[in-house]
Amino acid sequence: MSQSKFTKGKAPVLSRRRVLHAGMGIAGATLIPGLGGIGAVHAQDKPAMGTWPAGSQGSSVAIAAMVPLTGTYAVQGADELKGWELAVEHINTNHPLMKTLAPKINNGVLGKKVVLKHADSAAKPNQALQAAQTFINQDKVILMTGSTSSAVAVAMNKFAQREKILYMPGISGSNDTTGKDCVRYSFRQGFYGEMAANAIGPVMVKQFGKNRKAAFMTPDYTYGHTTTKSVMDYLTKEGGWTVVTNQVSPLGTQDFSQYLTNIANSGAEFLINVNWGRDAVLSSQQAKQFGLLPKMTLVLPYQIPFMAKEAGPEITAGVLAATDFWWTLEDKYPLAKQFVEAFQKKYGYRPEWGAENAYVSFAHWARMVTEAGSFYPPDVIKQWEKGETIPSLLGDVHYRPQDHQAVRPVILVRGKAKKDMKNPEDFWEVIDIVPGDKVIQPPGEFGCKLGDYT
Amino acid sequence: MFSWGNFISQCFNGLVLGALLALISSGLTIIYGTLGVLNLAHGAMFMLGGYAGWVAYTQTGSFIVAIMAGALFVMLVGVVTERLIIRHFYARPAEDQLLVTFGLGIVFVETVRFFFGSLSKTVPPPALLSGITPLGFMVYPTYRLALLGIVTVALLVLYFILYRTRIGMIVRAGIEDAVMVDSLGINIQKVFMLVFGIGAMAAGFAGIVNAPVVAIAPDVGDAILVQTFVVVVIGGVGSFGGAVLGGLIAGQIISLTSMIDPAYSYVMLFVAMTLVLVLRPYGLLGTAGRE
Repeated sequence: MSQSKFTKGKAPVLSRRRVLHAGMGIAGATLIPGLGGIGAVHAQDKPAMGTWPAGSQGSSVAIAAMVPLTGTYAVQGADELKGWELAVEHINTNHPLMKTLAPKINNGVLGKKVVLKHADSAAKPNQALQAAQTFINQDKVILMTGSTSSAVAVAMNKFAQREKILYMPGISGSNDTTGKDCVRYSFRQGFYGEMAANAIGPVMVKQFGKNRKAAFMTPDYTYGHTTTKSVMDYLTKEGGWTVVTNQVSPLGTQDFSQYLTNIANSGAEFLINVNWGRDAVLSSQQAKQFGLLPKMTLVLPYQIPFMAKEAGPEITAGVLAATDFWWTLEDKYPLAKQFVEAFQKKYGYRPEWGAENAYVSFAHWARMVTEAGSFYPPDVIKQWEKGETIPSLLGDVHYRPQDHQAVRPVILVRGKAKKDMKNPEDFWEVIDIVPGDKVIQPPGEFGCKLGDYT
Repeated sequence: MFSWGNFISQCFNGLVLGALLALISSGLTIIYGTLGVLNLAHGAMFMLGGYAGWVAYTQTGSFIVAIMAGALFVMLVGVVTERLIIRHFYARPAEDQLLVTFGLGIVFVETVRFFFGSLSKTVPPPALLSGITPLGFMVYPTYRLALLGIVTVALLVLYFILYRTRIGMIVRAGIEDAVMVDSLGINIQKVFMLVFGIGAMAAGFAGIVNAPVVAIAPDVGDAILVQTFVVVVIGGVGSFGGAVLGGLIAGQIISLTSMIDPAYSYVMLFVAMTLVLVLRPYGLLGTAGRE
């Protein structure tokens, strides 16, 4: 029996050639799924999903914003888009404000520059979904955003869950967005109908008294219906108010004369206008034409960016409204001041709350990704679901793990008369900052079931 | 609960809305009736009238100047558009005509958005027509009452041009048979240009006189365009009288349904259109074979 040429009666000796062969064999085996080794462990733990890992393998990661740039919410959508643009710029350049909100950014997130893609949604769900699908196919986007209509937000929620791509709604006032239509893959930074109702309701009852008569104007979709219900419930239960009429109009209505005529004949003392965007501007202007204002007291439970600029202080003076942000909060919050200054320098006007909401949403996303140290969506979601207290422009906030809703302050404002305005954008006076935990409903009250991670 | 005050108020709303729709629709219907072109840029022309008037108003402070500017500017836009683009599409399939006018509408809207932004602009009514007029049984915005008068006068002028002038006679003849008019030695191309200009002017005029009621924005013509098409279908394609009748009917349907449930007002409008299409396929005052 011949001996191996390697042993020659001695202990076996491995040649360099054999070691290389063996090493290549092991390396090859680990690349084949199911054959064990390091690669197999990685594949089982983090299977490819949505645009992961393809979306984060290049030198940059893409985010898609489906935002209304035409139609009823065009003005508000354009403002939101500016907030996202500024946030991306700040993420990529280590701006001190962004560094405070998301300390681990480093000229991008996890070594990648962030690129913002956007398309006009016209506030239509089908148009938004088509654009989102295109961005997924072409750009492998790892985060989607944009709504400004909750109809878009709830549609995008379901789409995000199906595609396993993170989504942040932007402006979305419906209770359903983090209520019955909530999903694991969506996180909302902004306030919404129920929070608005619980913030503005006590002030209305205190200021205007009990047992009053109110007429509602409601846009005919999820935001309108849920917000109107929240405000109605509060006023009727806590204040004994009577709802004499609720005029429901389709999104994009231009002539509100029929609705206003019904209100004029209803005996209402208060006009609670839940319409939003251009609908709110037109309905309020026309309410004045019909003499309903100032005979009735106008209340805006869910304040509309730019409405004061469009309708003028002759309509908004004295009007009570709940909002996400108003620029004069810069006097109280240093981070808000940094944001207002940076925004005004870049865009030439002071930001409204759509831009603020957009900016903070992206900052929080950047924070979660960098804290998680991973683009893998379940890792990011689990980081978010820790519910840690994190900074916003209006102090510390946190996200609830049960419904992915940010617990953040609601701002109450009152419209200023023209003579009291200190500059052309000084439309509102902040009258109260209501802590989020005082106005948010218990988790699960609106039927949220988040769904799966994978 | 039914109230006579509310009923009469809604009838007034319907009348004002109907008159406005009648004016815009009459422009659309004479263009389609004469040229055979379904002008999907008509809503955008309504919008252009509002903006041209707003620019004139901000420069002069005169509402009268604003009305003239709105109407004449859009007439000019109509004439230029017809000469440069539309006339090349007379002999082409209807699909091409729809696409080119639809595209023109987008160009008009986005051009305005580019220069003026999306923030809405308000043209206040003249001081004399501001405020509310008490009518005993109800109060009503003074300008809306005035708008009813303004639009009625405009419709009468349009009627006079169409039915009491030689050019109107040629236009009406063109609606019935353009080829025959051409073969009689009348320069039908010039007539077409004029008709497109007049039709556009009707939309532009409506756009500026409606601006004190509905603040203007780049998308202001979108909803109007849909309603206008419904009016033309109800009234009968190419029929001036049909446009007026259809407008008034549409206005009343929208307003009176709102009294019961506003959510159904536009549904009822389409129900009415469907009924007309089933019972009188050529519209209430339309004629079979007219295109």
